[in-house]
Amino acid sequence: MVSLFGTLAVLVGLAAAGTGMVLGLSSADRRRTGSAALIRGLAYANVCMLALANGLMVYALVAHDFSVSYVAEVGSRSTPLFFTIVSLWASLNGSLLFWAFMVALYTALAARVCRHRFAELMPLTLGVSLLVCAFFDFLVAGVTNPFAPVTPVPPDGPGPNPLLQNHPLMAFHPPALYAGYVGMAVPYAMVIAALVKGKLESDWVRALRLWMILPWLCLTLGIVAGGWWSYEVLGWGGYWAWDPVENASFLPWLTATAFLHSLYLLERRRVLAGWTVALGLATFLLTVLGTFMTRSGVFNSVHSFTQSAIGPIFLGFLAANLLGCVLLFALRVDKIAGRGSMGKPLSRESAFLFNNLLFVGLTFMVLVGTVFPLLTDALRDQKISVGEPYFNRMAVPLGVGILFLMGVGPALPWGSTTLTDLRRRFLLPLAAGIAALGLALSVGARGVWPLLTFGLAGFAAWVSIAEIAAPIRLRVRNKGESLGKATRRVFATSRRRIGGHLVHLGISAIFVAIAASSAYKEQAAATLNVGQAVQVGPYSVTFAGARGEQEPHRYSLIADFKVRRGDQDLGVQSPRLNYYATRREPLGTPAVSEGFRHDLYLILLNVAEDGSHASVEAQIHPLVAWIWYLVPVLVLGIAIAMWPERKSALPAATAEGAARRASP
Amino acid sequence: MSATARITAGVVAVVVAAAALGYIAYGGIGENLVYYWSPTELVQAGPRAFGPIIRLGGLVKQGTVEWNKEANFIAFQVTDGKEQVKVENTGAPTQMFREGIGVVVEGTFSTDGVFRSNRLMVKHSNEYRAPQDGVPVEELYKTMEEEVNR
Repeated sequence: MVSLFGTLAVLVGLAAAGTGMVLGLSSADRRRTGSAALIRGLAYANVCMLALANGLMVYALVAHDFSVSYVAEVGSRSTPLFFTIVSLWASLNGSLLFWAFMVALYTALAARVCRHRFAELMPLTLGVSLLVCAFFDFLVAGVTNPFAPVTPVPPDGPGPNPLLQNHPLMAFHPPALYAGYVGMAVPYAMVIAALVKGKLESDWVRALRLWMILPWLCLTLGIVAGGWWSYEVLGWGGYWAWDPVENASFLPWLTATAFLHSLYLLERRRVLAGWTVALGLATFLLTVLGTFMTRSGVFNSVHSFTQSAIGPIFLGFLAANLLGCVLLFALRVDKIAGRGSMGKPLSRESAFLFNNLLFVGLTFMVLVGTVFPLLTDALRDQKISVGEPYFNRMAVPLGVGILFLMGVGPALPWGSTTLTDLRRRFLLPLAAGIAALGLALSVGARGVWPLLTFGLAGFAAWVSIAEIAAPIRLRVRNKGESLGKATRRVFATSRRRIGGHLVHLGISAIFVAIAASSAYKEQAAATLNVGQAVQVGPYSVTFAGARGEQEPHRYSLIADFKVRRGDQDLGVQSPRLNYYATRREPLGTPAVSEGFRHDLYLILLNVAEDGSHASVEAQIHPLVAWIWYLVPVLVLGIAIAMWPERKSALPAATAEGAARRASP
Repeated sequence: MSATARITAGVVAVVVAAAALGYIAYGGIGENLVYYWSPTELVQAGPRAFGPIIRLGGLVKQGTVEWNKEANFIAFQVTDGKEQVKVENTGAPTQMFREGIGVVVEGTFSTDGVFRSNRLMVKHSNEYRAPQDGVPVEELYKTMEEEVNR
């Protein structure tokens, strides 16, 4: 029954999305308008059908209905309920079903939120967006149908990939990443509508920013959660390995970040319209490329699901979209060109421009390193891979450049500047940067790139704090308001500024955490008999013995290590090896003891059969936990920036602006 | 500047930036390529095998595994049925490491005839099949994964 109703729901969704797509796209022709309400209705119908289909699949998973092919593939009676539910996205076919729902949800949201606005652009936007929906509905209904009936019905299934059952983060990382990925479809559709109609007014630019910032946040969260998951579950002692699939998620993040910055420039100064539009198109194309790379099995990685037939289909979809974008861009870009002019080389405008160039440069170099092995394999039949040193060598200078501009950009004025003005603006941030550098040196940090990162992060952090504090101070001084009232007023009137600088502040600190954790990692490895110890940094790690533990879905081999720091007893850490019924080899789970200064990270390599000795790798990762701790700052910043500004607050905003201009 | 001049300047800047980046990227890649070879290919390469970073794939030959606990490395031979190469891998063996298993080791080949690696990847897949002698090395790579795999 679930098979039948699930397939039907997806087919009805496909019909709705397909009809909406045709109606929406035909509104590119000026003579055809007036079906906006119908297109919206079809977008809602599509999301309802996909929600129903996903609900049915979750029901089938929880009810262990093994007559449904996807349940037979990933379900198991011994899997805990939580992991049974999240196995909706544990394998290819289910993840595409969920994916189709997410893109339907974004489309319906866009339809709902903008229902009274942009009468000219919305039908076409929804048409393009529904095209993406229809593509995914088509995949789910046909090629990868997770509802296909299975006969004879198996009594039990193998359960999801054990890797995905190892950590609760699995419930969060994939949906966040999908929400980021598919969310790029809406700004893509909006950009196409702007190009076709030759209209890129500032209210459309603001709408674009809103619809890009939400998937950007989701993608950011998904990437960080992925790194955290990799660190907590995979147990190789890191969070980022330039794996092709990690790169696939990083590429659209880079162009989306550049896009958000150039959108701001476009809104404020009416420049770089063509460039901005190109970034918007590229971001979506990169998500399709990323989907192709992760879902077609061209790469072997943690994420590559088994070989599947959807590779060529995705490649075709990518090629068609790329061709369409290039043609549309070439024909229409002059219609939306900005009227503003760039400032002098030493202005905020140029900082934005250089920031964009660095982001695009980074995108380019990651893309080259990622697809190079595919190309040599296809063209020269040579099996190679691109080593991590390539990525690090390229990404570190570009990343430091971006950090530099993150500090310098907001400190520069629009238009042009003078040397005295520059000295005044840079004095305090520079002092903060030098202080940060001094602090790093005094705690023993060495090395050119990390030290440069710490100094620049101090600079950028000061600029961000000053940008948040300046309007508050001005209100207190010029208007005589109390500190609390001034803060409230500023938060009410300059949400984007406050939010943006909070995000910058968080990113500066994340830069520090990344630099420290990658440059100052320590490790020691040893094979220990019971009672023997290995030293790593200030810790002594003593093997206390091994034991076994049986759970319904797995058997775990656990080694206990007593950790001491000098005379201080820090308790027992227990890395483990987990055996699942469906695979012969164990999966390790590292023991991570988290700390503000550093994490102690123990990886169990092996345990002797009689438990007499075990091999362990002990690592120290300085500041690494800050990468995850700082994520709420990013979320808060984005939430503040996205919160709609009250209309009544606008005059105060101008007054504040006037006060700012009047001050020396 | 007129509009045309600005566009020309912009195009030139983009082309120059792209060319510079392309050159750096290409140079950087050239130095950091990792080659996937079988023992036979390694032996046939002769002196060319000394130097570059290589991923050597094959099966762990029966009866060749030695684990030096004090010096913290394992020594074994990797074979593709035709040739074998002596490997010394830094670190203790993982629990799943055993004789006859398919492995990929990453490291460099020394003039003393030993392949020294610091990274060992073990065939580790859901659909477990015993590896056979003479299996094409490309097939082995397909099922081989890095840290962990699926």
